[in-house]
Amino acid sequence: MLIRWLAVIPFLALIIGPFFVNRATPFIAGLPFLLAWIVAWILITSLIMAVIYATDPANREGEP
Amino acid sequence: MNAALPFIAAAALLALALGFLARRGKDMDLEQWTVGGRGFGALFVFLLLAGEIYTTFTFLGGSGFAYGKGAPAYYILCYGTLAYVLSYFMLPPIWRYAKEHRLYSQSDFFVRKYDSPTLGIIVSLVDIVALIPYLVLQLKGLGIIVEIAGYGAISATAAIWIGAVVVTAYVMVSGVHGSAWTSVAKDTMILVIVIFLGIYLPYHYYGGLGPMFAAIEEAKPGFTVLPPHGQGLWWFASTVLLTALGFYMWPHTFASLYTAKGAKVIRKNTIVLPLYQLILLFVFFVGFAATLQVPGLTGPDIDLALFKLSVKTFDPWFVGVIGATGVLTALVPGSMILLTAATLIANNLYRAVDRSADDRRVSALAKLLVPAVAAVAVFFTLKGGETIVALLLMGYSLVTQLFPALARNNIATREGAAAGIIAGVATVAGVSLTGASFHTLLPWAPVEFQDLNIGIVALAVNFVVLILVSLATRHAAAPAGAAAE
Repeated sequence: MLIRWLAVIPFLALIIGPFFVNRATPFIAGLPFLLAWIVAWILITSLIMAVIYATDPANREGEP
Repeated sequence: MNAALPFIAAAALLALALGFLARRGKDMDLEQWTVGGRGFGALFVFLLLAGEIYTTFTFLGGSGFAYGKGAPAYYILCYGTLAYVLSYFMLPPIWRYAKEHRLYSQSDFFVRKYDSPTLGIIVSLVDIVALIPYLVLQLKGLGIIVEIAGYGAISATAAIWIGAVVVTAYVMVSGVHGSAWTSVAKDTMILVIVIFLGIYLPYHYYGGLGPMFAAIEEAKPGFTVLPPHGQGLWWFASTVLLTALGFYMWPHTFASLYTAKGAKVIRKNTIVLPLYQLILLFVFFVGFAATLQVPGLTGPDIDLALFKLSVKTFDPWFVGVIGATGVLTALVPGSMILLTAATLIANNLYRAVDRSADDRRVSALAKLLVPAVAAVAVFFTLKGGETIVALLLMGYSLVTQLFPALARNNIATREGAAAGIIAGVATVAGVSLTGASFHTLLPWAPVEFQDLNIGIVALAVNFVVLILVSLATRHAAAPAGAAAE
């Protein structure tokens, strides 16, 4: 159940995070830094949800 | 006849054909019509939930927002992602409860959970008031797309009428099955078109993404970061939070959740949906590319950025393909909204008055209401003008007021839930009608505070009223919150 708390991280990264990374440079993969930060965290969020899904006992039940 | 028109016409016909075909082999009772017999697997649920992201508002508005405002547009990427994270925990219990009690609409949920038909009527009214401007927006977007992409051959008014007739026809025949089938066509097309445009345009005009953003930062320093005031960091944080909470409160999104055949389907989708959102990034690239290429659009005209740049760049036939995609982005969400509004009126308003009505009669009435709701939306589309985006934001603030009463808690009583919703909605209405903001209400407050999204206040008022009234009425009512567990 502890692993579910990982879900808090995207909120911190995308709501509080911009206060610390609101800058255009350096560009990363051609994107201004703030945009690159947001994109990176969307990717990480997907990973986090995959980890939560895989470890959640509720998903091992028979129902679809 | 120009080269663009056949493609646009084909999109409308495709939607109509898929919409009709979707009915095959199904007995269209109320449960099939509104919630697909609760038998949809991961793909259809995914497309219905994701369909919310790619409406005309995103296609035109997302690129237009990036074109006109720059970095504040990023908020659209963030709030969807966070809403999906929330949905992992919030939606499965709601789905299970809806299945157990055979619920059709969002307001059914409130009726059951709080055992209060009155609360159901309140929620239905809030939903309908919020849905109509959303439908108007889709139709208005459709008009703009057909007029520009068709090089003026079909007027916006004609396009709006044709679009409304197409949607009405297939919603009446196939219900949510029609929406699901057409959303397959819509999402396939938009995926291909948006990714192509988002990559091609920056390379064509600037030689790549990096050079494009460098050119924009040189011409407009600070355009790709949040500004110090106005739509700055505090606006961004409060807006992301507010819209993430409101995301699933839209009644048509809420109801599309009922179509799932299991809770696991919903949880699994939360892994892929954030990635799917990233397609919005390409929509932004189009908007950013347009900033220096078709400058000078201001006010509501920023929504034209994508099509202005397309017309400047491509042959008419390809503008037609883009237009066809745009048409589908209006029709599919439009059909979901229409279906939801008709179901709400028949199932939650009519049935509350005439308790003896059976499913068959409610179902027949809901289908008859589809053209009526569509006609009302067409009327407002042709009559009203500039205030649509304001109405949409008001709609968002309105549906978000349903969140506190929905959140799983053991505090809320039916009186508390109703009082909270009414207080929140009244605050939204008061603020919207007087045009107030923190700048005018609290001129002495620090500027960071003034930039907060005003919807946060309504939500706070709602929470406080809900808790106070619930505590006051607690002993009188059964603990309703437990029912959702």
